[in-house]
Amino acid sequence: MNPDHQTEQPPAIEITAVSKHFGTTVALQAISAQVKYGHLTGIVGPDGAGKTTLLRLLAALLTPDNGQILVAGYDSVTAPEQIHAVTGYMPQRFGLYEDLSVLENLNLYAQLRAVPPGEQAALFERLLSFTSLGPFTDRLAGRLSGGMKQKLGLACALMGKPKVLLLDEPGVGVDPVSRQELWRMVQALTTEGMAVIWSTAYLDEAERCESVILLNHGQIAYDGAPSILTKRLQGRCFRLSGFATDRRQLLMHALDLPSVCDGAIQGDSLRVVLRAGHDLAELNQFTQSNAAQIEPIAPRFEDAFIDLLGGGSGGRSALAERFDMIQDLACSPVECHDLTCQFGSFVATDHVTFTIRQGEIFGLLGPNGAGKSTTFRMLCGLLKPTSGEARVMDIDLRHAGSAAKRQIGYMAQKFSLYGLLSVKQNLQFFAGAYGLNTALQRTRIDEMVELFQLSPYLNAEPESLPLGTRQRLALACALMHRPAVLFLDEPTSGVDPLTRREFWTHINGLVRKGVTILVTTHFMEEAEYCDRVALMLQAKVIALDTPDALKRSAVTAEVPDPTMEQAFIHLIQTAQSPQQPV
Amino acid sequence: MTWFSPAMRALIIKELLSILRDPKSRILLIVPPLAQLVVFSFAATLELTRADIAVYNQDNGAWSRLCVERVAHAGFVHQMYPVYSEKAIRQLIATRQVMAAIVIPNTASSDEAAGRSVQLQIILDGRRANSNQILLGYLTEILASLNAEPVNASPTISDLAVTRHWFNPNLIYQWFVVPGVGGILVTFITLLLTALSIARERELGTFDQLLVSPCTPGEMIVAKMVPALLIGMVLGILMTGAAMFLFRVPFVGSYAGLLFSMLLYILSVNGIGLMLSALCNTQQQAILGTFTLVVPSVLMSGFATPVENMPAFLQWVDQANPLKYYLIILQGSFLKDLPAAVVWANDWPLLVIAVITLTTATVFVRGRLQ
Repeated sequence: MNPDHQTEQPPAIEITAVSKHFGTTVALQAISAQVKYGHLTGIVGPDGAGKTTLLRLLAALLTPDNGQILVAGYDSVTAPEQIHAVTGYMPQRFGLYEDLSVLENLNLYAQLRAVPPGEQAALFERLLSFTSLGPFTDRLAGRLSGGMKQKLGLACALMGKPKVLLLDEPGVGVDPVSRQELWRMVQALTTEGMAVIWSTAYLDEAERCESVILLNHGQIAYDGAPSILTKRLQGRCFRLSGFATDRRQLLMHALDLPSVCDGAIQGDSLRVVLRAGHDLAELNQFTQSNAAQIEPIAPRFEDAFIDLLGGGSGGRSALAERFDMIQDLACSPVECHDLTCQFGSFVATDHVTFTIRQGEIFGLLGPNGAGKSTTFRMLCGLLKPTSGEARVMDIDLRHAGSAAKRQIGYMAQKFSLYGLLSVKQNLQFFAGAYGLNTALQRTRIDEMVELFQLSPYLNAEPESLPLGTRQRLALACALMHRPAVLFLDEPTSGVDPLTRREFWTHINGLVRKGVTILVTTHFMEEAEYCDRVALMLQAKVIALDTPDALKRSAVTAEVPDPTMEQAFIHLIQTAQSPQQPV
Repeated sequence: MTWFSPAMRALIIKELLSILRDPKSRILLIVPPLAQLVVFSFAATLELTRADIAVYNQDNGAWSRLCVERVAHAGFVHQMYPVYSEKAIRQLIATRQVMAAIVIPNTASSDEAAGRSVQLQIILDGRRANSNQILLGYLTEILASLNAEPVNASPTISDLAVTRHWFNPNLIYQWFVVPGVGGILVTFITLLLTALSIARERELGTFDQLLVSPCTPGEMIVAKMVPALLIGMVLGILMTGAAMFLFRVPFVGSYAGLLFSMLLYILSVNGIGLMLSALCNTQQQAILGTFTLVVPSVLMSGFATPVENMPAFLQWVDQANPLKYYLIILQGSFLKDLPAAVVWANDWPLLVIAVITLTTATVFVRGRLQ
């Protein structure tokens, strides 16, 4: 790219003091930003931060309440048709027709975009080779994998040779390998001079963008190159290792230090971020008293975001402290043998076997469609295995009585709450449903309201709550009956990193009280909190070990210290390589 | 399953709240059905009040003029069109300007004077078969009375029979229609409420949460039944009240008998709704399913067409249609004091349907667990 050329060009997108309200909800508040041609710009932020609204405004599908948006020089209010002509928009909820084949989808979009029939053949050929979808032109779009769907969506969005490409969370539901391919494709487009916007809730994706607009609660928290923001944290990130104490307990104490802004478990070690303006003295002393080693490490974008938000809220889980220590169980809390589930000819879970020990956090990881949800649902007793067996507390949950089910807690972050009931009514329902008597219901509800600061929201509907509060409420509902085993289905997807930290503080506290946790997640970083991780791919467990061991197995000459994500990609590629032509 | 265990109570409260917490949905459950009762009761009319009739009077004698006069002044006639050719009749009927035409031959008056029977021709629009049957009935009655009238003190014709309609002597159609429409509306609301209940939870994802909880399928079904039962009863009583006080349909049967039958009927509809709901994955499927069930059950209930006229096979299928039994009880309770034995004869099939469908619904929910 020629830097001189760029300064001459007007910006691809110019946002000036744009606000958007939906009823009383403020989606965006006085946003101003610019997007350059030939740049990959990330719109980053937790769910509900305003990403989709901003993208729809840019695509001229919504009009701003105040302010002005210029896309390729056209005003989004006065010239929406021109904007539609020069932009390619790939919505989050997949704009493809699942009952049409890949080629039929391309044909449809070519007609919608009025591509001249003469140019169509050449364009299709280029798009198909670009997305490597050539061999799959006859397959129905609904039958493509998550990654291939996104590639097809991208091909359709590229149909009109747009100058500006808007991608709304293209990384959701895509395995890390396909995600890398998507990145490569998008980078190829920016070098051709296209302006590409990639919205995401994953902060690790932000680091790959040339420029980032970080949104939080409808406002811009940061606008610029991600590396500049991350650089502010240089010298403030450390790894603690080699200690003998329980790492969860150590993290709790570390987070309680006034000079520590953020901390997380990373396999057997801890990752700690210092608060701005604090020196290492306190942390050094802490390290020495725990006989640990400390070494500086490179900061990440997420550290910078948490620092921007003001850091975490200490390491103690008041919730877990109220729990009684769970006695040693006579059996393993969760186990499955040769668990298999088949839908017609499609095998969703293929002979999965593992045993979870008491007081362990066990992670089920894998791309969408790998079978982790199916496995999870069979373990919960929601799905009948085709063969094999799943046992929780030594019983099959499908035939379990009420008493046995009272020992289980279940939280699926997206679906746990009753939207038609108020916060208080939700709490009352779950307390009652798990058989707590009236007096105990009252104490436990009061306790949860106090611990999770829910009192301002008691009469509100769950849907009107901020995502973080909703997630706390879901956790409260799942824990009022003090279960011995907790099932968590993607518990933190979309929430901001501070809420995620708080969530894991509670989970770490619960585990120290002897609660057993089974969690599914696609956050690689969350895998680090697990004692053991089962990595699933194409219905099979392809690796099952501690996070550190998984990372060690992925060490290569080029990547001496792989991250969880790199380890994941390495393991998937190793598992797939025998089937793939080289 | 324990009654009024904390779980049972929590479930029932949850179900009631999810239907009744929102004031708008509370109003939506009661007001539109009552409004529909009023509208449908006037719309589903079997009376003929505004008929246009063409007359081709070839006779012009005294009797024929009297005849035209009589028809023109009858309450159901809106306007008369005198015409002077067959062609004109054809045109008026073809363009639907008139429902029927009367052709009086030129011998009519003289035949009448001579005491012979008069032969008139009535031409009807076959496209409107139903209302024409009614119109023909009215016209025949008027014309017969004319012929019977002793214009010339002719003794040849006498009235042979006098028709008496028991239970509804003046054949006020609303006496017949209103209770039935009320029953159908109650069916629809309760069926929809229950059909949506499980499907809604499944669509929104909360059903998994419920299945993982210690609540048993039996408890879930009972809890889901309660609000629909409550709302159905309230609505049923309101409908009965509206029929009695708004439409002044006489109620001569037993209140206790009707209430008991209403309870059984709503239970059986709840059972069907929950069974349907347990099979549906989305609310859209549940709504389509409700329509699929309601339309035939109304058509086969005996509300519009007698059950006895249906082919034997369909009558046999109709044994599983709770509305058929309920309409007998409902209409019987209003217009005739249906004996307790007959009420019971129609009650026990309702009970059987309720037990079977509710058990099946529970089995379906449990089946979903496995």
